Amino acid sequence: MRKRSRDSVKIVPSDITPYEQYLSRRALIAGGIGLAAVQSIGGFAGNAFGQAPAALTYVRNASLSVTDAPNSYADITTYNNYYEFGTDKSDPSEYSQKFRARPWSLTIGGEAEVTGTFTLEDILQPHPLEERVYRLRCVEAWSMVVPWVGFPLGDLLKRFKPTSKAKFVEFKTLYDPKQMPGQRASVLEWPYVEGLRMDEAMHPLTLMAVGLYGKVLPNQNGAPLRLIIPWKYGFKGIKAIVSIRFTERAPRTTWAGSASNEYGFFANVNPAVDHPRWSQATERHIGASAFGPRQATLPFNGYAAQVASLYSGMDLRKYF
Amino acid sequence: MWQIRWVLKPIVFVACLLPALHLSIGALNATGVTHVGGISLGADPVKVMLHTCGRWTLNFLMITLCMTPLKDLTHSVFWLRFRRMFGLFAFFYVLLHFSVYLLLDQSGKLGALWQDIVKRPYITIGMLGLLLLIPLAVTSTAKSQRRLGRRWIQVHRLIYVVASLGVWHFWWGVKKDIREPLLYVCGLTLLLGYRLWKHRHALARVSVARLARTDAS
Repeated sequence: MRKRSRDSVKIVPSDITPYEQYLSRRALIAGGIGLAAVQSIGGFAGNAFGQAPAALTYVRNASLSVTDAPNSYADITTYNNYYEFGTDKSDPSEYSQKFRARPWSLTIGGEAEVTGTFTLEDILQPHPLEERVYRLRCVEAWSMVVPWVGFPLGDLLKRFKPTSKAKFVEFKTLYDPKQMPGQRASVLEWPYVEGLRMDEAMHPLTLMAVGLYGKVLPNQNGAPLRLIIPWKYGFKGIKAIVSIRFTERAPRTTWAGSASNEYGFFANVNPAVDHPRWSQATERHIGASAFGPRQATLPFNGYAAQVASLYSGMDLRKYF
Repeated sequence: MWQIRWVLKPIVFVACLLPALHLSIGALNATGVTHVGGISLGADPVKVMLHTCGRWTLNFLMITLCMTPLKDLTHSVFWLRFRRMFGLFAFFYVLLHFSVYLLLDQSGKLGALWQDIVKRPYITIGMLGLLLLIPLAVTSTAKSQRRLGRRWIQVHRLIYVVASLGVWHFWWGVKKDIREPLLYVCGLTLLLGYRLWKHRHALARVSVARLARTDAS
């Protein structure tokens, strides 16, 4: 059994803005529509066991959304890879119900002018939320379409004024084996670490998600804060983020560190580069029709027009 | 002993079919044709069917390999009367596993199957295990047993190879969490280790007996 990570965050009670206030703020920002209604929902905003997650106020971003039909809420919230709660797809929905996603705080460090520990409310406060329907492609060769609610990661990162030395961004998940039973087994190195190159992090498609289907993000989907990079394999989308650090060198990411021949730092969806043990040329789309044929996997998961230029001149076989 | 043949064996037979029945109902429910008993295979029914059939193949291989040690431990041949049925169920589930993989996962594309066999070592060894199980299933009848005589036992020792290939296939196929394949490795090590130990023990006894005879002469 490992000791608690140094990076796990100490939360001072006075730092905490009640989540209901956050929701009301969102409502105010959105023009005060149905403030009372939102507050009444916000009154039991916590997604404690058995309660429906609270509704969020957001605008739909149609231009950055795909037109494919989204998967059902049930599929998206019961079929999850989130090893902190177990390695079965059904483990996260089963074992994350008591997880306390609020209060929460986020530590910003590394090569930036503004660093320190911030409450979730401080982090979220300036950012209007938008809904984006994105394709999600897992490295295990299955896919979904998910209507996320969030805001561009770049808008958040800019607030911390990264210095010229900041070439990469490193993210860490909470390490708390008491709450995350999967962390009691050394299946992966904990805490989970992911990273992006600065230009990837600042790309307008890169989303910090706080919601799903217009509601607060369920625990099993990475509450309260998770990353979505739709042109990369799903494991890049780190969940329950407690730390963001600007670094000069590429961070050692969890999956790449655990099997560097199978999982790369970039992990861009690429049908031409197989996983050593299975093909990435096709994927099984969850929920489409239970026994329908596999569908072709698209380069950069269908986002090549927006992101391929980030990698021009790079050998994508080498930097997979 | 009519009870074994007409009561116990049919019960065991039906019990062995339960996983397949559960999957069949789950599959029908997944297509929306039926809604029986709240049985659901989740968001990715193909994967559940694939993995469940694979697991039951390994389970039945292990159960089959348990019969001889149980016979030795209890000094009763009762167990051997079920050995063929368990072995054939291993074959049944591996055929289901393969069919789900070929027909549902790969949409029946033989080209994709061949590509996988050639390119992916864990599929190569899985396929080899399946092929090696065919002669065992074919020669499982009492008639073959009589016809092959002592060679039947030699042929059927292939199950040691088949079970090892199956466990290896599972080990290589998992993404990261090897705890479950490791359980099968432990089980298999025990079952095959027992046979090795017994074999050595028997050899030692034979040589002691021989020595005794030489001394006497």
